[in-house]
Amino acid sequence: MTSLEAHGLIVDVPGRASGRPLDLRMAPGERWGVLGPNGAGKTTLLHTLAGLRVPRGGEVHLEGRALSRWRRREVARRLGVVFQERHDEFPASVLETALIGRHPYLSPWQREGETDIARAREALRHLELEHLEDRLVSSLSGGERQRVSLATVLTQAPCWWLVDEPTNHLDLHHQVATMALLEQQARQGCGVVMCLHDLNLAARWCSHLLLLYPDGEACWGAARDMLVPEALERLYNQALTTVDVDGAPVFVPVR
Amino acid sequence: MSDAETRRGIPTGTWPLVLLALAALLSQGLALALGSVSLSPDALLAVLGGGGESLHRTLVLDLRLPRALAAFGTGALLALAGALMQVLLRNPLADPYVLGLSGGASVSALLAMLAGLGGGLVAGAAFGGALASTLIVFGLAHGTGSWTPTRMLLTGVVMAAGWSALISFLLAVSPVEQLPGMLYWLMGDLSYAGSPWLVLGVAALSLVVMAPLGRTLNVLARGGMQAAALGVAVRPLEWTLYLVASLLTAVAVTTAGSIGFVGLMVPHMLRLQLGNDQRLILPASLLAGGTLLTLADTLARTLIAPQQLPVGVITALLGVPSFLYLLYRSR
Repeated sequence: MTSLEAHGLIVDVPGRASGRPLDLRMAPGERWGVLGPNGAGKTTLLHTLAGLRVPRGGEVHLEGRALSRWRRREVARRLGVVFQERHDEFPASVLETALIGRHPYLSPWQREGETDIARAREALRHLELEHLEDRLVSSLSGGERQRVSLATVLTQAPCWWLVDEPTNHLDLHHQVATMALLEQQARQGCGVVMCLHDLNLAARWCSHLLLLYPDGEACWGAARDMLVPEALERLYNQALTTVDVDGAPVFVPVR
Repeated sequence: MSDAETRRGIPTGTWPLVLLALAALLSQGLALALGSVSLSPDALLAVLGGGGESLHRTLVLDLRLPRALAAFGTGALLALAGALMQVLLRNPLADPYVLGLSGGASVSALLAMLAGLGGGLVAGAAFGGALASTLIVFGLAHGTGSWTPTRMLLTGVVMAAGWSALISFLLAVSPVEQLPGMLYWLMGDLSYAGSPWLVLGVAALSLVVMAPLGRTLNVLARGGMQAAALGVAVRPLEWTLYLVASLLTAVAVTTAGSIGFVGLMVPHMLRLQLGNDQRLILPASLLAGGTLLTLADTLARTLIAPQQLPVGVITALLGVPSFLYLLYRSR
């Protein structure tokens, strides 16, 4: 029972009507994409699912128990979050940054041991960052920092990945590599929820989609049922043309 | 790749602490040996070993040792408080003084002096003023909206400006004969420090309290949301940090008046050299802050003896060039 569920969930976006409460069950192995225009509340929803924001109504359940009744540390062992914003005011190396993913597993007096460091190095290798491990994070490019954040959650090894814009700042190769990493995690039994701007990435890599409209309305379901051009045009208030590439739809905005 | 871009993966090394501890001992030795009557290393060792001339014994054990230890303890508290505040506000420029704590303490202490109260009551007033300022800043920063580090920093900075206006007002209306005492208090003065055991005890205790929180503070330095996502109970931790840092500052201000700069500079200098692992930075701040203030106080006593200088002037004169040098070299 490692599902992540929303029960009558209304996220708290200031100054917006409550809209339709979310009642959905996300199961391990599924890759959920959250789509919506700017300001629709994608990030707020992700933070609410992670228990980092209090919802206006309803509850999030992890493994059948309300998130608010979990200890934060226990949640952190099951649920990893990749944020859009990062704080690099203080100097920290790439390896140190990946290592904070082990925090939920260590007791206060415990130092990071050999196995923790090995896990962090493995995660860095997975994201092609091993040659940067001694560099200061603040000296990296935006895409490299994004991969360090992914490596931190990979080190954390949660069963749920909540990712805000996984492909932010990434070049094409690393976009594909990142989506493949999330797909691989899902195959190994993790659940993945990601906020996405790119409709076509969602169409290619997500098994389920949740469409968030600016007025708080929402609809969700299996990806193939949700990728209806009319619904997507209404979502983004933008006319779309659909072309077929390798048997999958590709959506192109009309000029 | 320059020096600043690389950093050893995990600073497990304890050698910086060993070096800093040696520097602390050395600074204590200097503080005990130097003064109106300077002692040779042999004479100093003889006194510390329980022998030596009786004049030397009085000089070292009754006069210089309490003051040197008080200087060390006060510097340690200030540096530790600065390091904690910087993590709390995720801002390397935060410091209890920037946040108006010393301002509150100063106004309260000056009022006590104006009322003609004695040393112990002035100290008590300073302690109360620092805590009152803490509560005002924290309460106002809470406000009706959300609590953010930026909001808190701004509240503190504006409060500090308000306190500083009140200080100028009090100085302007005070009788002339009271001004020197007030100015010395405002610039920091260890000559009335009294027993050093309070500051030393509080410094040691706070290090013990903070020791198990080191890794958690490292995570908090990455931002509140990130820390919560990694299992940190952020709000209780932030309260703890703020209260501990405020108490440390209040005790330091009560002992030695208002000494700026140590809390801001010492942790920052150490971070430039050692990275930002709080398990290393917190004890290192304690040792380096204590050493800096001991040396500064020794200079303040001896530079233009028999006259004494305010120690805050010396910390700034020593600290500013070394800080600027480190900052210049780091990028």
